Amino acid sequence: MVHRISLVGETFVFQDLKHILASASLLRSGDELAGIAARDPVERVAAREVLANLPLRHFLTEAIVPYETDEVTRLIMDSHDEAAFTPISHMTVGQFRDWLLSYAADTSSLEKLSPGLTPEMVAAVSKLMRNQDLVSVGRKMRVVSAFRNTQGLPARLGSRLQPNHPTDDPDGISAALLDGLLLGAGDAVLGINPASDHIGRGMDILWRFDDIRQRFDMPVQSCLLTHVTNTITMIEKGAPVDLVFQSIAGSEQANSGFGISLGILSEAWQAARELNRGTVGTNVMYFETGQGSALSSGTHHGVDQQTMEVRAYAVARVYSPLLVNTVVGFIGPEYLYDGKQIIRAGLEDHFCGKLLGLPMGCDVCYTNHAETDQDDMDTLMMLLTAAGVNFLIAVPGGDDVMLSYQSLSYHDILTLRSVFGVRPAPEFEAWLERMALVDGTRLRMNQPYALPNFRAGS
Amino acid sequence: MSQLAQDPWGPLRRYTHARIGLPRTGDSIAGSEVRALQAAHACARRAVHACLDPAKLAVGDSFIEVRSQAKDRSEFVRRPDLGRRLDGPSIALLKQIAPAGPWDVVLVAADGLSAVAVERQAPPLQNAVRAALAHTWRIAPLVVAHNARVALGDEIGALLGVRCVVMMIGERPGLSVSDSLSLYMTWNPHVGRQDSERNCISNIHARGLSTGEGCHKLCWLLKSARKLGYTGVALKDESTNMTLLPETKTP
Repeated sequence: MVHRISLVGETFVFQDLKHILASASLLRSGDELAGIAARDPVERVAAREVLANLPLRHFLTEAIVPYETDEVTRLIMDSHDEAAFTPISHMTVGQFRDWLLSYAADTSSLEKLSPGLTPEMVAAVSKLMRNQDLVSVGRKMRVVSAFRNTQGLPARLGSRLQPNHPTDDPDGISAALLDGLLLGAGDAVLGINPASDHIGRGMDILWRFDDIRQRFDMPVQSCLLTHVTNTITMIEKGAPVDLVFQSIAGSEQANSGFGISLGILSEAWQAARELNRGTVGTNVMYFETGQGSALSSGTHHGVDQQTMEVRAYAVARVYSPLLVNTVVGFIGPEYLYDGKQIIRAGLEDHFCGKLLGLPMGCDVCYTNHAETDQDDMDTLMMLLTAAGVNFLIAVPGGDDVMLSYQSLSYHDILTLRSVFGVRPAPEFEAWLERMALVDGTRLRMNQPYALPNFRAGS
Repeated sequence: MSQLAQDPWGPLRRYTHARIGLPRTGDSIAGSEVRALQAAHACARRAVHACLDPAKLAVGDSFIEVRSQAKDRSEFVRRPDLGRRLDGPSIALLKQIAPAGPWDVVLVAADGLSAVAVERQAPPLQNAVRAALAHTWRIAPLVVAHNARVALGDEIGALLGVRCVVMMIGERPGLSVSDSLSLYMTWNPHVGRQDSERNCISNIHARGLSTGEGCHKLCWLLKSARKLGYTGVALKDESTNMTLLPETKTP
């Protein structure tokens, strides 16, 4: 269906829904690389006007990736909840934007709405929202998940402790693990990106994490961020797997590029739940996403990168994950060029994920070839905390020595706690008190001996 | 006071060069450590934006200079597709030079994401490779490529009609190392080659693989590729530790 609009004496023509969505997106380098960005700022605003006048119901009739050949589209269309959609079914995208910002849209009504929304509707409305809109509506939404502690409660901010090591040296990993714990981080997950895919070495890391967790009676979960099929193998071999990790994307082909399908994810989900290792909850999945991943594998179907990202959330929500993390600045400047684009993408991803019912966190991060720095990351971490993000990633000193990029430091999490009055998950907060690592709300100047007989360096 | 007493993290730092046990003030990292990270980031940024200076490659006038379609560093960073194709004048130049062949292999000094890496590691590496291959391979003049991605070598190699192209290309700078070089070798190069059809030797820098070791591995892979007639995932690096070559020092 062709859409025409006149703006400032000029006529703009948009061929179909994906053309409107791509043209309405804020400028970002990935859409330019794909050749689908608006040609100029006026065309962008024209596309937004068209989008604002489009009925939400239209999204149920026009698939932007073919239904017949894409299992993600089939998932989106077949699982759409018409009853949940009813309260907004008469609205246009523009009216939906205004409703989201209204007092009528509160925590409970937004939660009920979630199954009635498709990712394309959510991506569309986010394109009509300014950064402050993404923050203020984001803040109204709450997604609680739990395993050995509870993530996503009001006025709480979780953190992932990421103790990566370039050669997976167990003592090097333990040293970085100790550093993070003494800085009060790690309630969302103790999560390691292994340098190698070796099953045996991966299992050694999991055993070590589990040993340390039990020795100090820590209410936390660990995760080895390896391919889902490796994790299934480790579960079969009896490894102590708390969470199953996988990178996911918004099309069947893109997921195939990751070596996964909905079927494989279901198998892993089932296997991890059967282990029954959670104490306060049963959310066992940890997904990572990021704008540009489909384009980078040439599997974006001409759809803009932000919309493709939100389609990945439709995959995630099937599995009631504990954590979903958008690794926003990791992909590089070909997709998100500078601080402005990274900040915008981080806010979009959080908003869109939450609106679809996901426990969204973010890796506030950048690579050295992007036009950005720590000051931009400071801005994004504060905006996301204001928006009520579930958790943030942190690494020693903000410098990941395995993946060669910069994320937040554990210290940044402390700063956010002080500035915004947010606290870690309640179970983890109690543990920090029990171990005398905190004095009131302040973290002590902890030294390695504060956790005696920690295995690091033994 | 002993070093140990001053820094309780001392023993743990042996196991990782991650920034653990940083001094704190309040919630924040101490200023000295903040500035240390800023210094490392500044070096990495400089490496990304630096333009490759052929004079620093110490090859005199005996090189061929080409450019990709990316017109400057900023466009190069944003448009990997343009960095994979030669501009018009470069195509004409290579066509003009090709009849001087035939050659078996061409070495390309390509800036990639760190011109600094190429300027530091490529000259000794090039010398070592030329010495090692002198009697058995016909080697084309050095090509210096600006705003180049790995795949630019496919077009260069095809236009020169060589059997193999070796890209000596600067890696994306990290905070601890901003001058690390990678070697990508592609047999029978032509536009459209997949990354799975290449072999790579990475991490060549002062604290990583030495240029001597890099040369040793490269020569082993080249010899194997000539025997097999291909490069890529099916060609596994089974080179032994180096014994053949004299140590080459990185400047």
